Order: sequence, then structure tokens, then C-alpha cells
Amino acid sequence: MERRAYYRNKGLPWLLIAPQLLLVLVFFYWPTSQALYWAFTLEQPWGGGNTWVGWDNFLSIFHDKEYWGTVVRSAFYACCTTALSMFMALTLAVFVDRSLKGTRAFQSVYVWPYAIAAPAAGVAFRFMFAPEAGLIGAINDIWPGIWNPAINGYQALGMIIVCHSWLGIGYNFIFFLAALQMIPRSISEAGAMDGARPVRRMLDLQLPLIAPTVFFLLIINLISSFTDSFGLIDTMTEGGPFGSTEVMVYKIYFDGFKGLDYSGAAAQSIILMLLVVALTFVQFKWVEKRVHYN
Amino acid sequence: MTRNWLLNAAFTVGALALATAPALAAPTKFDFWYGLSGDLSERIQDMCKDFNASQADYEIVCTSQNDYDTNLQNTIAAYRANKQPTISQIFDAGTLDLMLSQAYLPIGQLMTENGYDIDWSNYFSGIASYYSTSKGELLSMPFNSSTAMIYYNTDALTKVGFEGLPTTWSQVEDVARKMKAAGYDCPIGFDPAGAWQWFEQFEAVHNQPIATHGNGFDGLDAEMVVGKGKFVQQLTWLKAMYDEGLLVLKSKDTGEVDQDAFAAGKCQIFSGSIAGHGSVTAKAIPDLHWDVAMLPTLDGVTRTNSLVGGASLWTLKGKTPEEYKGAAAFYNFLATPKQAEWWSTVTGYIPVTNTGFEAMKANGFYDKAPYAGRQRAIESLTATPPTENTRGIRLGNYASIRAEMVKTIQNVLFNNVPVQQALDEFDAKGNDILRRFQATYKDAVLP
Repeated sequence: MERRAYYRNKGLPWLLIAPQLLLVLVFFYWPTSQALYWAFTLEQPWGGGNTWVGWDNFLSIFHDKEYWGTVVRSAFYACCTTALSMFMALTLAVFVDRSLKGTRAFQSVYVWPYAIAAPAAGVAFRFMFAPEAGLIGAINDIWPGIWNPAINGYQALGMIIVCHSWLGIGYNFIFFLAALQMIPRSISEAGAMDGARPVRRMLDLQLPLIAPTVFFLLIINLISSFTDSFGLIDTMTEGGPFGSTEVMVYKIYFDGFKGLDYSGAAAQSIILMLLVVALTFVQFKWVEKRVHYN
Repeated sequence: MTRNWLLNAAFTVGALALATAPALAAPTKFDFWYGLSGDLSERIQDMCKDFNASQADYEIVCTSQNDYDTNLQNTIAAYRANKQPTISQIFDAGTLDLMLSQAYLPIGQLMTENGYDIDWSNYFSGIASYYSTSKGELLSMPFNSSTAMIYYNTDALTKVGFEGLPTTWSQVEDVARKMKAAGYDCPIGFDPAGAWQWFEQFEAVHNQPIATHGNGFDGLDAEMVVGKGKFVQQLTWLKAMYDEGLLVLKSKDTGEVDQDAFAAGKCQIFSGSIAGHGSVTAKAIPDLHWDVAMLPTLDGVTRTNSLVGGASLWTLKGKTPEEYKGAAAFYNFLATPKQAEWWSTVTGYIPVTNTGFEAMKANGFYDKAPYAGRQRAIESLTATPPTENTRGIRLGNYASIRAEMVKTIQNVLFNNVPVQQALDEFDAKGNDILRRFQATYKDAVLP
């Protein structure tokens, strides 16, 4: 006897997944196929026609020194935001999990940043970090000129990284807290009876047990730092000064919409898409096999 | 019985509707998208209301798209989806993109076909040439036109003992140094985003080419030549002024832009559009004494005309003849002397025709306190007849090239990249953009 469940009616399953399929077709496959086509042509912005150029768009991107600059910058950006955001979220979650005083209040407070839209946060951060008028700018009164993201590319990039991490803490926090609360109390308590201090218990017991969550968040965070940085960068620095906060996704926007180079932008977005697909693939194939689930 | 009555009633209503239709005919609606916001957007809305009130046949619907970039993007997206407005306002840097788009009706043709006779020679030649083909046919309607100027705090000038207004950059350097010594923190406010006034207009006033083939007027194969001209010297000077603390960064990123810092009395000199004259008047702190002048030149250089900035109105293809009639009526309305004067008064943009300017001058408009000085923008624009280098910029995707210049200036000032190297790299980047544009329009002929 066949053991898996199946539908007698062949049409019904298709009908049931139709809404989802339609959404994916309209909002993913259709635009993606359009971008793919543009990536191999030179598309006139006003739609007057296009010419097939084969791999030329990709070749000119790969020969562009500045493009590789944005790739390296994006990778650095992704690593920093992911590490910072996950570390902060894990620390907070561990403390909340220990049921200290006020835990219930903190549980909700820590999630709030996730509910703020990136552009709104960007505008607020912009005021806070403005070298002449902002809150952080006040340190220029003590050491003149020490903080100026308007002329210092490293500070500008650092500023965006901090803001992006802050926005991600809430999301990571929920997952970490849920994972930590799944661990049977008895394991921690047994460790405590054997004389393990909280830090030791976290490193040797809790962290290995929540490893699947850590890997899941790692991939999700990496992907989101490649694709979601646009809102912050556009409101805070617009890629400047001298291009030092220009990451891959911002360059796509700039070349496509401001520079009207639709084909170059399409080719770049195909590359970015492949990168994200690769990361997702790693998550499904490699990570799922090696990480131990209890 | 009842059915008959209903039928009769329906017929009567129908007949009535038909009979009264011509009298009640709704005016033909057409769309106008523009890229200005805030106070200037309010003025455009006033203008649209006035046009709608002035006649009953057409109704213009004016929609702000916030800024020039967004308006261009949205117009393109709408055009590709066949939902374009009849009129769209496109900024100077987008001129060639429009010219090759095949998406517009030339303004001359539109006006002639709809029975309006406009004297195009009445338009200032420097303005007309920017929006004309190399053969001299005007393609779009000059609308909000400006040029770059320099603003001085006259109290600060008096304090350092300077009579009148500086006319050369070496005089500017001299007064800036004295201002610094006299205790002014910010002699000159500077924003690298203003590549238009600090770079493009510098090139025009000094009759320097930005690209070969007359800045691209004679062919899509133009090449950038900025690294070979006088701008090398000027950028070197800007860097020295910045390092000495005479040129102070005032931008959106620092928290206060140059114009605001000037109006607040914090910076004593800044360079910007004549269109900002009204804003400075409105924002100036009490007892701020200031004046506006033509851009300074290098020593021993004869001034040529500066470039027109701002935007023009393009009529897009694919609309009905009635809508084009409406658009033509709107352009005709804009060209009336009364309307031209009103627009120039409330905004600070310059009148675009000789007769408009002469009429305003005769009225004594430029003698009165809040508007005095604005005539210098016209003097700057008409200093000489346009030369090969000053009739305009006809380079593809010029908005990107302008953005590269902003990056280049930032790189030199904040990152200490040597000037010659930075400008050579700028030329190379610019050439890449131009070659790509040329390849995209490989069968197109420059009109």
C-alpha cells in the first residue's frame, strides 16, 4: 500500500497551490525573466528598442574596478551586520531566558526595532549622527573633527552597519529566545549542579543545542544584509562620500534609475540574485545535513 | 402601463442629456507632471489654477513627483506602460536622453499645428540653444530657467575692507582669508553636490569644453576633456582653500546646507542658483545684508556666457489631438508677459524672453529691494553669444556623469587624491558612460 497521502482528484492540488503560484509568477518569475532578457541586451530607457549583446554587459561589469569595490564592500557589510546583530540578539536573549526581573517587559521591548521601516529609521539616524547638529555630533565639541561621516568613508560605512544591525536585533532575538526556551530546563540545571557557571553553560550546552537556529539566522541575516540595505543607505548617505557606502544593491538602483542604464543594472541584479540563491542553497543542502537537530 | 411610462421617462432623460451635452461638455483633461516640491510646487499649483480659470475648454491636472530624478523615472515608467502625462518637466541633464527617445513632439511643430505663432527668436539664445537641435530647432518649452551665481554677505565684505563685490577668484580667496582672520568660522560654504555651479558653470564662463564635438552637439562619439582644461587649476585651488579652512563643507550630510548656513549668517559666501534668491530672502535672519553677483572668473580671462540650468517642458507622444490643443494653450498661457513676470517674481527663476526681461526692467522690477540683483543672472547668461562650449551640454546620461563629478570632488577634497589623477579617472569614467549610451542608441542620429 502507498504510504504517503495523495489526492484522488488530480486537479485539486493545482487549484490549491494556484494562488501562491500566481503570486510567485507575477512578482518573481515574470520580472526576473524580464531582467534576464535585458541583461543580454542593451535596452533603451524609453523603450525604443534594444540590441542583443550577449555576455557584453556581464563582461563590462566584471572589468569594472568599481563594481568589485562594491562586491567586497557588500561582503564586508554583510559579515559585520550579521555578526553584530546576532551577537547582540543572542546576548539579550540569554539574559531574558534567565528569567531575571522585568523579563516580560524586555521580551516585547527588544522586538520593537524590527517593526520600524528602514527609511524611517534612516531619517532618525541621520539626525542623530549628523556631525554638526546631531546627538553623536556632540563629541565634536570635545574633540573637534573626530566624528564626520560626511567626509570620512569608514565612519559613514560604520554608521550604516550599526544602524542595520540595530534594526535586525528584534528579529534575531525572537528566534534565539524561542530556541533557548525549547531546551529542557533539566539539562541546564544538571550543568549547574556540576558547577558550570552561566557562561560555561551557554557555550557548552545552550549554543550547541540551538545550533540549527544559529545557522538559520546566519543565512537569513546574510541574505538580508545583501538586499535590505537600500532603505538605510538611500536615506542616510546616498552611497557617499566618494562612493564609500555604495554596496551592490545601491549600485543597481543608481545605475538603473538615476543612470538610466537598464541593461547594466539588470545584469548586476542577476548576479546578486545568483548570490542569494547560492546562499539559500547552502542553507538547504549543506547546513541542514550537518547541523544536529534534537 | 408602468413599463411604458418608465420607457418614456428613459427616452426623455436620454434626449435631454443629448441636447444639453455640448453645453455641459466637460473640459478636456490633460496631465502635467513636474519635479519640484515645497514652495515651488505650490506656485505651480497656483499657475495651474489660473490657467484653468482663464478658459473653459481644457483642464490641466498638475502632479508633483517630488524631484527631477523621480519625475524622469516615473515619466519613463508611465511612457513604457502607455500611461504618460501629456507634459513632463525634464531637467537640463536629461535633455539628450529625451532627444533620442522618439517619445516627444517638438514644441515648434505642436504650436504651429495648433495655430499659435510664437516668436522663438525672442527667447534668450543661451536658453534656446540648450534645448535645440544642432540645426537650431527648439524641441521643448523653456520653463524654469536659472543660472549659477555667487552670494556675498556684504557686511562681512565691508568688515574686511572690500569695496563692491569680488569679480575674480583671487579676490574671493583674498577676502575669504581676511574673513577667517577677522573671526568668521566659515568664509565660504561649499557643497560638493553642487557640481553644476562649481564645475559646469566654471567651464562655461571660461569657455572651456567639457567634451569634444562642442560638448557633444556634433555627435554621440564625443570624448571627455575635463582633465586637459582649466578646471584642473580650479580644483587644485578649491583643494587648497579647503585645506586652509577657507572653504567649509556645508551639505545635507553635515546637517546644514550651504544656502541655509548663508541665510543664517554662519557662512559669508556661497555659490548657487539664482532660483535660490527668493529662498535666501525668505530665510535670511534679520539684519543680514547680502548681494548676489555673476560667478567670478580666473585672472585675465574674458567672461563668456554661463549655461542655463533648471528644466524645460516636453510634450510626450501618444495622446489625443484635443489634449495637444490643451497643451499648446497652456504653453501659450505661459508665454504671456503677465504670466512670465508673475512666475519670475514669485520664484526667482529668470524670464526666458527678451521682451519679458525688458518689460520687467521697464517696470522697475529690478530696482526694488527684494528683487534687485536678479538681473545679473540675465547679464551672466547673455554675457556673450553662445560659443561652441557654452551653448549647452549634449552628453548621454549626463546625470550619471554629473554624479561622477560629485564623487571626484569629494575624492580630491576629503580623500587627498591628486587632482590630475582624479580628473583623468573622471574623464575615463565619463567616456565609459558615453560609449555605453552610444551603443544603446547605435542607430540613432543626433537631431
